Amino acid sequence: MSAPLLQVEDLHVSFDIRREGDMPWTKPLKLHAVNGVSFTLNPGETLGIVGESGCGKSTLARALIQLVPAAGKVVWQDGTNLLGLSPHEMLKYRREVQMVFQDPLASLNPRMTVGQIIAEPLTTHHPGLSKDEVKARVQAMMEKVGLLANQINRYPHEFSGGQCQRIGIARALIVEPKLLICDEPVSALDVSIQAQVINLLMKLQRELGLAMIFIAHDLSVVKHISDRVMVLYLGRAMEIAGSADLYGKPDHPYTQALLSSVPIPDPAAERAKVTIPLDGDLPSPLAPPSGCVFRTRCLRAAPRCAADVPPLLGGNHQVACHFPGPLMAQAVPAA
Amino acid sequence: MALLDVKDLRVAFKTADGVVNAVNGINLSLQRGQTLGIVGESGSGKSQLAFAIMGLLARNGTATGSVAFDGLQILNARAEVINPIRANGIAMIFQDPMTSMNPYLRVSDQMAEVLVHHKGMSMTDAVAECVRMLDAVRIPDAKSRVRLYPHEFSGGMRQRVMIAMALLCKPDLLIADEPTTALDVTVQAQIMRLLRDLQRDLGMATILITHDLGVVAGFCEEVIVMYGGQVMEQSPVDPLFAAPSHPYTRGLLRAIPRVDQLGEELASIPGTPPNMMRAPKGCPFAPRCEAAVAACTDQLNALTEFAPSRKRACNRTVEELE
Repeated sequence: MSAPLLQVEDLHVSFDIRREGDMPWTKPLKLHAVNGVSFTLNPGETLGIVGESGCGKSTLARALIQLVPAAGKVVWQDGTNLLGLSPHEMLKYRREVQMVFQDPLASLNPRMTVGQIIAEPLTTHHPGLSKDEVKARVQAMMEKVGLLANQINRYPHEFSGGQCQRIGIARALIVEPKLLICDEPVSALDVSIQAQVINLLMKLQRELGLAMIFIAHDLSVVKHISDRVMVLYLGRAMEIAGSADLYGKPDHPYTQALLSSVPIPDPAAERAKVTIPLDGDLPSPLAPPSGCVFRTRCLRAAPRCAADVPPLLGGNHQVACHFPGPLMAQAVPAA
Repeated sequence: MALLDVKDLRVAFKTADGVVNAVNGINLSLQRGQTLGIVGESGSGKSQLAFAIMGLLARNGTATGSVAFDGLQILNARAEVINPIRANGIAMIFQDPMTSMNPYLRVSDQMAEVLVHHKGMSMTDAVAECVRMLDAVRIPDAKSRVRLYPHEFSGGMRQRVMIAMALLCKPDLLIADEPTTALDVTVQAQIMRLLRDLQRDLGMATILITHDLGVVAGFCEEVIVMYGGQVMEQSPVDPLFAAPSHPYTRGLLRAIPRVDQLGEELASIPGTPPNMMRAPKGCPFAPRCEAAVAACTDQLNALTEFAPSRKRACNRTVEELE
């Protein structure tokens, strides 16, 4: 097997939080948004990242391309640690890693034409290209993502949400990256448009041999598009496994609760489904529980869970839990 | 007599660019205690339908047709007529709990206001009743939390407060407009379970407006599928999912990935939703429909019953679509 495209080891992102009334010399509180996450990504593979809001999935994506400062290791295929590179050294890798954002309209400059928007990464990373060549490449890319090449002089507001997301995808892919990071790319779209964009992403990935990190809160979408899936909770990885494995035989109680919460568009299946109640809210990331961060809402929590942090263990199916195992229906209290 | 009877409801907005026809002739009736789901994508008119019923349309909007609640005409009714019905008869929950509460008022003040205004209670009694209601929506430590401000609650807790507020006067009809869209799946599961329990305990009729077919499958007895301001299909929930009769419903169901099934390629619906400024003359779905024939662009058959208690609006018959 070839070397992994990306190897992330013990990634930490923390923010300083100053509260109202703090004195200038008061030490700020540390909010650990990402707390020691490790994973590998192979070329051409799609890794889905799921979790509730506030679990750190977007921060993780931003840390990978240094949009937020992070500690740990993010090792690229060629052995370079991307963290700690100067902005100038990073430039080379920015071409290899591109990103698609959640809000399709807000991530496009309203005063630039679609042609200018898509061409910008190209002229930044390949300044030697002639004008005609840039235009030809932009038009080819527009057709590839399902836009009409004659729309090149239009402005973003003239497009619908789904089309804007296509523009965002074209802008990311024009520099032929090896890795595409998609942060909730379809959550702002309607169901029928969402399917169009998902199909487009999967088609382009196959054609271009892209690796993808796909972040979403919609578990069904992530299942559909991903080869492997990572479940995050309060900045820590709870479970990483192949998509079919994770959805079919989840071993972590959090994954099980999460999956059982997803409504199924089939009345009979929905009525027969056992939902694991996940009461209460996410604990504050400023004061996460000791030991296993999930223990405060876990059905299997035992004294040991408060004492030790469970390490992420296993081969292809990694779980961070002291008591992993399939869900027993009798363990679920009646709602 | 039906609790709610809507006949040929139309909603239009005058804008600087022209008239937007958001809702185009909706008929529906709801019995006491019934749960109805209204499904549609953005721009299908599902929210404006609810706003028109409640008399909450924006100032540039006009509604025509008839809405009878318990036999009383409430569409475009004067404030003296509709105000007693709001909260007492029909209550509404909105999508975003933060923007639908007053950030300057304690939860106790804005909740108690409902009871003081509609039931003439004293402030002390009203607050005590609010605490009972917050308990009923399972807010832990309701007695002290009632003194908090909205921003001190999490999103899920805030939506519980909204539900408690809506149920204070024990309405006969609850309209929930995308009540869980802004929430995480785990919180969504909590809120939907709570709504289901309360609906059963209080026996209130409920209209659930959503774009999520999964949520509808778990909550509703009857479903209306809207597109372009019109009803495409109306059916009890089981046959709708088992044998959708309208090309739009079929497309919608095929376009959602399923968490409980292995994925094949998603069948997307080509094209984009119609611009309601230039609403199509015939079937609004015709430009995106794979079964469309020439006649579909000019006219659309009225909503007619094709099987027991199931209705559809389509120019093609179910047999032709097979």
